[in-house]
Parts: sequence; C-alpha cells; structure tokens
Amino acid sequence: MRLPQDDTFNSPDTTNLLDRGSQGVIAKPLDRPEGPLKVSGSATYSAEWKSDHCAEGVLVLASIAQGTVKTIHKDAVLSMPGVLAVLADEAMTRRSTQGTAGEAPVQGVQTVEYFAQPIALVVAENFEQARDAALTLEVEYAPSDTPVAFDPESADAEVELAPDTEPVEGGDLDQAMRDAAFAIDVEYETPGHASAAMEPHATIAQWKGDDLVLHGSYQMLSYNVKEIADCLSMAPENVRIIAPYVGGGFGSKLGITHEAVAAAIASKQLARPVRVVMTRQQVFETVMRRSETRQRIRLAADETGKLIGLGHEALVSNLPDEEFAEPVTQATEFLYSGENRLLKVDVARISRMTAGSVRAPGEAVGMQVLEAAMDELAQATGIDPVELRKHNIADKVPVEGTPYSSRMLAEALDQGAKAFGWDQRRPKPCQTREGDWWIGMGMASAARVNMLVEAEARVTLKADGTALVETDQTDIGTGSYAILGQIAGEMLGLPIDRVKVLLGDTSLPAGAGSGGSFGAISTGSAVLRACEMIREKLAKALGCTEDALELKDGLASGGGKSRAYPDLLAGKDLAETGSIKPGDTADDFSQASYGAFFAEVAVNAFTGETRVRRMTGAFGFGRVLNAKTARSQCLGGMVWGIGSALTEELAFDLRDGHLVNHDLAEYHVPVHADVPAIEVILLEERDAAASPLQAKGVGELGICGAAGSIANAVYNACGARVRSFPLTLDKIIPHLPDPFTEAG
Amino acid sequence: MIELTINGTRHRIDGDPAEPLLYVLRDDLGLYAAKFGCGLGQCGSCTVLVDGKPAQSCITPIAALEDRVVMTIEGLGSARTPGPVQQAFIDEQAAQCGYCIPGMIARAEALLRADPRPSEAAMRDAMRPSLCRCGTHMRILRAVRRAAVAMGGGIVDPAEPVS
Repeated sequence: MRLPQDDTFNSPDTTNLLDRGSQGVIAKPLDRPEGPLKVSGSATYSAEWKSDHCAEGVLVLASIAQGTVKTIHKDAVLSMPGVLAVLADEAMTRRSTQGTAGEAPVQGVQTVEYFAQPIALVVAENFEQARDAALTLEVEYAPSDTPVAFDPESADAEVELAPDTEPVEGGDLDQAMRDAAFAIDVEYETPGHASAAMEPHATIAQWKGDDLVLHGSYQMLSYNVKEIADCLSMAPENVRIIAPYVGGGFGSKLGITHEAVAAAIASKQLARPVRVVMTRQQVFETVMRRSETRQRIRLAADETGKLIGLGHEALVSNLPDEEFAEPVTQATEFLYSGENRLLKVDVARISRMTAGSVRAPGEAVGMQVLEAAMDELAQATGIDPVELRKHNIADKVPVEGTPYSSRMLAEALDQGAKAFGWDQRRPKPCQTREGDWWIGMGMASAARVNMLVEAEARVTLKADGTALVETDQTDIGTGSYAILGQIAGEMLGLPIDRVKVLLGDTSLPAGAGSGGSFGAISTGSAVLRACEMIREKLAKALGCTEDALELKDGLASGGGKSRAYPDLLAGKDLAETGSIKPGDTADDFSQASYGAFFAEVAVNAFTGETRVRRMTGAFGFGRVLNAKTARSQCLGGMVWGIGSALTEELAFDLRDGHLVNHDLAEYHVPVHADVPAIEVILLEERDAAASPLQAKGVGELGICGAAGSIANAVYNACGARVRSFPLTLDKIIPHLPDPFTEAG
Repeated sequence: MIELTINGTRHRIDGDPAEPLLYVLRDDLGLYAAKFGCGLGQCGSCTVLVDGKPAQSCITPIAALEDRVVMTIEGLGSARTPGPVQQAFIDEQAAQCGYCIPGMIARAEALLRADPRPSEAAMRDAMRPSLCRCGTHMRILRAVRRAAVAMGGGIVDPAEPVS
C-alpha cells in the first residue's frame, strides 16, 4: 500500500511509466467512446432525465439594479392554471458561485444588487404555465438611493487592488522606460465575454427523505455538492449530483448556479421533482461574465530588442467584495524577460452580474493584449516578431527567480512559423492586395499556467479481465471518457474496448472536475496512481518484481511466467482508489503550457471587414494523452480567438448595468462561415514537474493569445493598429489607407 | 387535436396549436435529440427536418405541421445502427460536448438531400445557422464532406486537413 503522503506531488516524476507501457493506447488519436450516443440523440443531458410528476420552474429576474423587493404579488398568479408556488426563499442565490468555491455564494434574493438578479421562482405543472405566471408576476421594489456605479471607468466606481492577484514589482520600470532604446507605452481595451455554452443551465431536483438528488449541468461536481449543501444548510453527504453529459461549460458551470438551488428548494417544498431550465437570456444576464479590461502595457527594450522592463497594469470589474478579479497578468509574470517590472490588477466595484471564469480566465484577454503590444515593439525595433519573442525567452522567472519546468515556447515558435510559411510574410503593412482585400499575416505566443489539483479515481480490474474507471470527473466535451480510459488501458495492458469509464456521478470518487485545464491531468494522475497499485498486486500475484512486469492485451508477464488476468485474479475483482494532491512542484517550478499562433487575414479596403483566411497553432503541453481530443481543444480555443478578435462583446447599458445583447443573435460567436482552415501542431514533450503523467493542461491554451495574432495580422494587412477589441469595422475604417492606393 | 407525423409514426397531440414543435418532441413524446438551446431560433440546436428541409423546431408551431413529414435524428439511425450522416459524424469525431450535434446532423442531412455534391461555399452557407461553441466546426464540415461521399454524391472542393 502507498502511504498517504505519496499522494502529494512533491517532486518531479521522471519514471515516465506511461512510456514503458506495452499496450500503445496512450496518446493515440482514439475516438471518444460516447460519440455514437451523441450523434443519435441518446446521450442524456441535464434536462432530459425522466422524472415522474415533475413540476416546472421558471426564474424571475429583477428589473431594477439596486434596492429591495418590497412586495411580490403572489396571489394573482397562484390562481392561474397549474401554478403551484411562487418562491422567494432567502436561501436562493443572489450571486453566482465562483469556480472551486466549495461554499455558498451570496444568498438572499430580497436584496437586489444588479439588474437581472434572480428574485423569485415560479413553479407550475408545466413549463408554459410557469413561464406565463413568471411573466405576469407583479413585483414592487424599493429602489436604493445610494449612488451606484455601473461603469468601471466612471469616477464614482470604487477601485481597489484585486484581492487574489499579488502585484509583481521589481527594479525600476520608469527608469527602464527612460533608458530604453525602444519604449512602447500603450493602452488596450477588451470587452466582457460570455461563455455561451450551447446547453443552457438546467437542473432537475428531487428529494428522497433528507437526501437530495440533482441531475444538472455542472463542471465540478465534488465542489458543487459542497456549494449546494452549504446553500441549503445540509450535509454534503446527503447530496448526490448526476451529470454524465454536459453541453459545454467554458467556466459558466464551474460553480452551482441559481436554477439548481431554486429547484432544490421548490422540490422540497412541493415534495415532488422540480425542473428549472434557464432561458438563453437568463443565462446571459445572470450567470457569469468575463470582465471587460483596460490594460496598459509598457515595454522597455534595449537596442537588440531585449526587454529590460515590462509593465502590465489592468483594470477589471466585479461586484463589491467578490474575491475573483480577472487575473489579466497571470502569464505576463513568466512569459518574457525584463527584471524591471510592474504587474498589477485593479478591480472596480460596479453593479453588473457576477464576473468570474470564462475559458482561460486571465490569459484569454491578457495574452491577446500583451501579444498585440509585442507586435508594436517588433514594428518599432524592426525585428521579426518571431525572433523578438525568442530573444526574450527568460532563463528564470523575472523578479521571483523560479526555474521553469519543461517549456516548448521556442520550438512552438519555430515549428509553427515553418508550417505556416511565416517567411512569406512581408514585414511592412499594405504590401499585399487581392482585389478589394488587403492581405496580412500576424503571430502571437501562447501561454497558460498549469495547475494540478486534488483528485481521486477508482480503478477496478475485474475478474473477467476488463477494467472499470470510476470518478465524478465530468466530460464537458473535452474528452475525459476517452483519455481516462487510455491511461488505464496503457497502465493495465488492456485494449481500449476492454476499459469502461463511468463519470459524472458524485457517488463515485471525487475527481478534479472540468476547469482551469486541470481536469485531465489531475483526475488522470489519480487514475494512474490507482493503476500503479493494481500493478503492484499483479506483480505480487505473478511472483515477479514490478519492474519486470509487462502487461499487454490482458496478459501479465514477468519473471519467466505469463498469465491471463482472469486466471491471475482467480474470480476476484481488484479495486484500488488512487489520489493526487498538489505539492512542492507547484511552488518549485514555473509550470505552463506554451505555443504559438499564426494567422492570415483579409481586410476589406473599403469596408474594413476582416476575414480570417487560415490559422496555424503549435502547442507544447507535456505528454499528449489523446492526440485527437487534444487537437480539438486547440482548434476550439483558436475559434474562440477568432470571436474574441472580431465579434464577441458584451454590451452593458451604463445607466443601469443591464446587459443589452443578451442572446445569440446579438452576441456573435464564430460560425461555420467564419472558421477557416486551422492547422494544429502538437509538440512532443514530457514535463516531469507538471504531473505524474508528464502532461500539462491544454483545454484553454488555444485561446491564450490567439486574438492577438489576428489583430497583428490586421495591422500587417492594412496598417490599422486597433487597440480596442473586438476589431469591428467601425474601429478599423478610420485607420484604413485610401482604398485606391496601390499595394507596396 | 393536431396530428403529426414524426419519424414515420402518427401522433395525436392534444396541445395548443401555437406550441412549438420542440416542446412537443421533448416534453410530450420523449424525443430528446432535438435540443433546447435558445428557444429563439438563433442557435439551431433544435433543428429537425420538415418535408426534408431544415426547420428550427423551437419556433415552429405544431399547427404548421399537419400534412407535413417531420423527422428528427432519432429517425435517421441509432447509436448501434447510425445512418450515413451520423456515421460520418462519428468517423470525423465531430461531437465534442455534443449539444449542437443533432441540429448539425439534421442540417447536413437536409443539405445533402437537396444538393448531394455541395460546394465548399454551399456547405458552409447551409451549416452557418447552427452554432457550435466547442469550436468543432472543422470536424463538422469534414463530416459533411465525408457523408456526401458516403451517400454517393461527392464534394467539389478538396477537403481541409484535420486528424
């Protein structure tokens, strides 16, 4: 048996056990096992679980921004057909739950803190009745007279240092800017973003005595259990969450959401199952937003282009007292050299829905701006943008002095440039014209911190020689089913069709959950550990050392003996629960996934319309666990980059903080017509400090800088340097040259 | 009472004639392949075939569907015996979270019935109304091309690489 302290990842794991396996399933581009269910409509998503006698709930949202709910005229709607209850319970959530909170968010819906905050739930026999009653319900408010800021830029918005992002200060940045041969001091803006997962948040709640069962759409079940239990003042042991298929999350389903808590309260009161499905507008208005950012970048470079100073200061926003503030400078801390530095995030306290994690919080917007500013430095110095970045790869993390674990930034830059044909780029803008279109190329680095978190998984080698992997880890489209099966298959010497994976049920051991790109490596490490324990026992049963043990196709060999698993197990299942906890490696090394983006765009010389024509991404994120699902994560991230660069923007009314574009007609995500040929290169890497799998996170890497490469390509195409994302036509047109000028 | 023909079966629906088809499919008939994504005709997750053409079932009232033939992707095949478009989506691993995929398959089926050998532009235009947030567009487009070939039509333009 392993000792408990072995679960803590305190030193790099260079055994690379997965490289010694004989099965050959790890890293292979295997299909996801649930694919046939998803293409036939037989994968069951949250709102689709059968539940007898289920009532339907519809949330009611506030139509003021600040104040209290004085009177809810329940009686008028309680007499409507089918209406069962109008709830405004103080246990209902006022704010959204941040990822990995593990406790209730701010509760109590009598106080209104932002426009479209939930204030009540109407429950009826069917959805139409509940919706009708919710729309009919009259609510009287007592608006607050206390002045409130809705605009982070307004003078009355209180601004403070972000509670959970330590500023980084080193040397003298101002002096470095004065001493610099080349100095860039620019300000960029990025707007708020929505996760906009295709499946709206939905929960079916059902009580069995004191036990609550939720079928719902969440990303991190072991945390979600604690969150809802805390909301309802009950023991987490009495809550079970079932979520085998989740229709996308992208941060919006990290914490327990309003509909889940409301459904649970209604179900208890009515003593029957209650389903609450949020409308698309409600998801937009009251779940989670990525904060808008204003970012000042200062780059001080010597005559060779080497950074001697680097400043990255950001203003983001959130509701008062929220700990979370978009960690804009997260990757800036370690990406480039420059000992004189100031990195800092301020947060403005305003009345808008809760700001929280949207895919790659921090890097998604921080990297796109840093990399756009780096392009300005490349332009100023006349150094090729790829070379400029390679020139500024630091030996150790500036100021902190922490060493890096494995890092593939230079390789990604080189291989990406080669595959893309970067040498064909003409450095000056306005050099290439095709008809009405200016053509240009741009690039950016990619970086995203790596996180290993606590996770557990149970692996059972069954008496019949098949294996079962069990954990409450979710698969939100990322490939958890495929990857965890591959790790077990490789470690236990089983073809993939003899490994079954059960996920998304809190009656199983607590996985890491899907968030922060840490799900696969953390829960995967727990699976690895469980398999290691099974291997020890197999070696013992066979009578050989673990080193001599070879497992392949259900046959254990070693010490001159060879036995099939059913024979070796003699009718008994062999089950082990593996676990992993983050340890010293997290502090001893700067760990991140790296990459490079290359984009070619066409900008209409008359209208400023920008079309992305092709993109290449090269990424190094440690061991590739499944080349197909990893590639998909990168592709998906780059598609998000296209949206972030060109179309995606939350628009808030500055008079009351309400979200104006609260649906998919007005918030524009990229569609088939917008997504060009995207090439993804997966680099071969092992990072022993990152996880026992030698793998790092990849779920968010593809977005971290992608929009910067597109903005830089726009500049290269037509000379428009737009420092406000997204690069819509109205922002590009003022910078366009005379459309009738000749190229060159 | 409204009579609907769905996947070859006649159903008598005792509902409001204005009720959108999607709610009848999911809440009354237990056919969950068509998804609720927005209820506003904006995302395409609810797309089904009506007389062989793509229709957003979340904004199509059942009163408009008498004397028409409705097909959901449950009618195209099952997990065990997928139809050719479904098989192509499996082969190209087009599903990530999978929530948009039934609508994508319905839309692809409608395209290939009308245009068995679509151009790249026709394909992107036909698929454009259905949104995907995982960013699996390239795999979806490849699946449509693969289905076009498998169903005897073909493609006009060369395929883009994804593996």
